[in-house]
Amino acid sequence: MPAAFPSSSDTAPILEARGLVRAFGGLRAVDGMSLVLGRGEMVGLIGPNGAGKTTFFNLLAGSLVPDSGAIMLGNRDIARERPEKRIGAGLGRTFQIPKPFREMTVLENVLTGAQGQSGEGILANFLSPSRVRVEEHRAAERARELLDFVRLSHLTHEPAAVLSGGQRKLLELARVLMADPSVLLLDEPAAGVNPALLELIIDRVRLLNAQGRTVLLIEHNMDMVSRLCERVVVMAEGSLLAEGAPAQVLARKDVAEAYLGQVAA
Amino acid sequence: MILDLAAYLAFFLTVALSYAVITLGLNVQWGQTGLFNVGVAGFVAVGAYASALLTTPDAPDRFGGFGLPIIVGWAGAMLAAGLVSLAVGALTMRLRSDYLAIATFGVAVVVQLCALNLQTVTGGPFGIGFIPRPFTSFAGDPLLFSLANLALLALVVLALYLFLERLLSSPWGRVLRAIREDEAAATALGKPALRFRLQAFALGGAIMGLAGAAQAHFIGFIAPDNYLPTLTFQVWAMLIVGGSGNNRGAILGAVVVWALWALSGSVIGSVFPAGWQARAAALQIALIGVGLCAILLWRPRGILGERRIVSRHLVTAPKANPSLVNNTPPEIPHA
Repeated sequence: MPAAFPSSSDTAPILEARGLVRAFGGLRAVDGMSLVLGRGEMVGLIGPNGAGKTTFFNLLAGSLVPDSGAIMLGNRDIARERPEKRIGAGLGRTFQIPKPFREMTVLENVLTGAQGQSGEGILANFLSPSRVRVEEHRAAERARELLDFVRLSHLTHEPAAVLSGGQRKLLELARVLMADPSVLLLDEPAAGVNPALLELIIDRVRLLNAQGRTVLLIEHNMDMVSRLCERVVVMAEGSLLAEGAPAQVLARKDVAEAYLGQVAA
Repeated sequence: MILDLAAYLAFFLTVALSYAVITLGLNVQWGQTGLFNVGVAGFVAVGAYASALLTTPDAPDRFGGFGLPIIVGWAGAMLAAGLVSLAVGALTMRLRSDYLAIATFGVAVVVQLCALNLQTVTGGPFGIGFIPRPFTSFAGDPLLFSLANLALLALVVLALYLFLERLLSSPWGRVLRAIREDEAAATALGKPALRFRLQAFALGGAIMGLAGAAQAHFIGFIAPDNYLPTLTFQVWAMLIVGGSGNNRGAILGAVVVWALWALSGSVIGSVFPAGWQARAAALQIALIGVGLCAILLWRPRGILGERRIVSRHLVTAPKANPSLVNNTPPEIPHA
């Protein structure tokens, strides 16, 4: 089976989940899920509603702690590290429902993604103001490039609250890219996005992957998944049901049943 | 007559500015970070008592009276209130905003009850008197004395304003606002929300403590009754009326609301017969409440709302380009 997917087996894995378990009361939302992401891969994570995709995603991103299992980022188990540590380690995420900082401008939103800013300490602003200024200029320069990249530069100084749903997805992408993560976890980047912006998002995600970033994508839009990913992973009832090339996996009977079973139940 | 009026105006402004200091402290906590502190009076009291204990002459019937210089008292007030805030924050910063409100309200009640009952430290219900006042050498000339105090407090407010503006527009201030807007997103971007909230809470508390000390030394006497929940309510009204999130708004709101308070107090004093005045004083609170409602209806962001672009160093070029697709390279500001 792995031989069919050289991209995942040729290179050392950059992110690996091993036997993750997370229960909520009696429900084991994620029940022994494992996944290997090769460096530079783009993988789609699909599955029926309630399969545990978002919980799995939250475990990877650190907003939930697994009951058991390991998450290896490079050679380090990050499963129990706090979520704010992950982006510094190179693991960035977006949210299914975008979370812009509404009262802040688009540019300030993106600037917030900058890492290692000495000006985020109170004292540095008074003790080494010139260093803070230089860092801030550098960050603003990069933030403007990223806004160009997601085509939001015309809204640079607008409050994020005025953005449409699709623009918020793009803003969130720019914001997380500010931290320059090597692995991107994208939670339904196409959900509720109009067709024109959808093409832009697909194009940008493809470009980011071409730049060498590893991407894990939760997505219900099968067309988007098939166009972007060489490999998809199907989750059902909290664990891995199938993986493979999109066309093959979608043709499988058990996968169809997992989707249908949800309707029948 | 004119001199009297000027002296009164100076006195009025001095008190108003001491409230402005508290309001600036609350603005760090609520306006910037979204921390719902309903125990403002408690932190002001901690500062007032700390400074009073440090600076009053030795008193036989209670602890302390260390006779230290006023400036030491002020520094001690900030430190004490900051440390109390840090301790309270460490216990409560994980709470959701409504629970934080209940917890801080409880803290303020505890502080007030301690002031009332720890007679050997706080003087109990009689409070602490003989708190040294700055510029006592001018005491013979009420106008000069008032003006000197006003100048001192204006200087404090100005210094504090410049300090806080710098912080507000710094990356630190940006992270605070991000946490206020969406904590999960800020956390995902690598910002440890708890640490930032704790910093903001302690800084705001220290500023409130400073205000408590400034008031104590201006009046020369403190008692537990100064630190009832009414004080918290007044300060909240000041921040909301002036403009939450805006430091100038905080100062303006303090002056406006204090003017309303003082004016209504003197009107009530002259309109109602002596026997009714204690009860009529409740009208002052009602009036502030009505004013608050009016502001919330007509200007929900306050007289001066929060500014949109606050990050320093960002050269503003807010020319909105109407075309959706914009491929021109952006102008990049140079250092």
